[in-house]
Amino acid sequence: MTTSARYTFTAIRLHWLIAFLIFAAFPLGLYMSDLELSPLKLQLISYHKWLGVTIFLLAVARLAWRAKHTPPPLPEAMLAWQRTATHAVHHLLYLLIIAIPLSGWLMSSAKGFQTVYFGVLPLPDLIGKDKALGDILKEVHELLNYGMLGLVIAHVGAALKHHFIDRDGILARMLPFLDKENRP
Amino acid sequence: MIRLLAILSLLSSSFAYGAELSAVQLDKSTIAFVSRQMNVPVEGIFQQFSAQISIDPARPEAGRARIEIDLASIDAGSTDANDEVKGKSWFNTREFPKAVFVSSTVKSLGSGRFEALGKMTIKGKTQEARAPFTLKQEKGVLILDGTFPLKRLAYDIGSGVWSDTSVVADEVLIKFHFVLK
Repeated sequence: MTTSARYTFTAIRLHWLIAFLIFAAFPLGLYMSDLELSPLKLQLISYHKWLGVTIFLLAVARLAWRAKHTPPPLPEAMLAWQRTATHAVHHLLYLLIIAIPLSGWLMSSAKGFQTVYFGVLPLPDLIGKDKALGDILKEVHELLNYGMLGLVIAHVGAALKHHFIDRDGILARMLPFLDKENRP
Repeated sequence: MIRLLAILSLLSSSFAYGAELSAVQLDKSTIAFVSRQMNVPVEGIFQQFSAQISIDPARPEAGRARIEIDLASIDAGSTDANDEVKGKSWFNTREFPKAVFVSSTVKSLGSGRFEALGKMTIKGKTQEARAPFTLKQEKGVLILDGTFPLKRLAYDIGSGVWSDTSVVADEVLIKFHFVLK
């Protein structure tokens, strides 16, 4: 049983672009926060923040797409709990691609470092400088990221399981070239 | 006649000096700065400084000032930054604990604006500095407010790897606010 219905190209492009940027921003964030203060650290923090703003903008576009489209159906063979788990993971990922950049933005403001997108466009500080709040938001930002790491592992693991074990063609929803019978 | 003029001028000058204000209210005064890191404006302050300022609002041109900043009292925005900027490549506060500004002249720029010219000494280097300011009188106090750019590299502040101005801009904005009684 295969499903030929795939996501639209807009959704596919947004998905992979966001995924690619997260794969850059996540390790960059881990690496830079352990560095001692240096010009390199200041540069990396800025790059990380620019990546985050970009992810946020793409995530808003992705959610706008999602609000107007129903995702392609899941294979009929999937059990009820698998469907529930799938929807839960997808919704949590949608939530996190918004919440993580947002927590980083707020954390920067609370720590007294404004976000200036590409060094050109200053983003407003939604909250004022507050060291204690900044420390809390840093914890929140980290926790949300580890939460996302877990979800991404589940997400990728499930996609691979469906592709290689169930062979139900579900991965072709996001990677149309895998769909040998119904090439777009 | 000449004697009368001399007495009058003496009187007027002593009168002018009588209106001079020189008691700086340190708890109400601030010295802050804004640096640009990756083009992000970051505010900081110096928590301790001394200021000897004498200025007559009727004759600001005769004003004088000597400001000494305790550089180790810096709050550069984060704990990391505070530790870093006291170090050798920045202020080297162990060897050079103070920044000193001594005015030489004050000139009027018109419409209530003035400019103090003088010498700034930081980290053993002395440079000409000009600090424009405004004067405002309210409720028995005189308020001096001014902002001027300082080129950090002219004083060797942030040398070595930190001299890369694409990361930390050369120009640092100094903002001062003095309340005199």
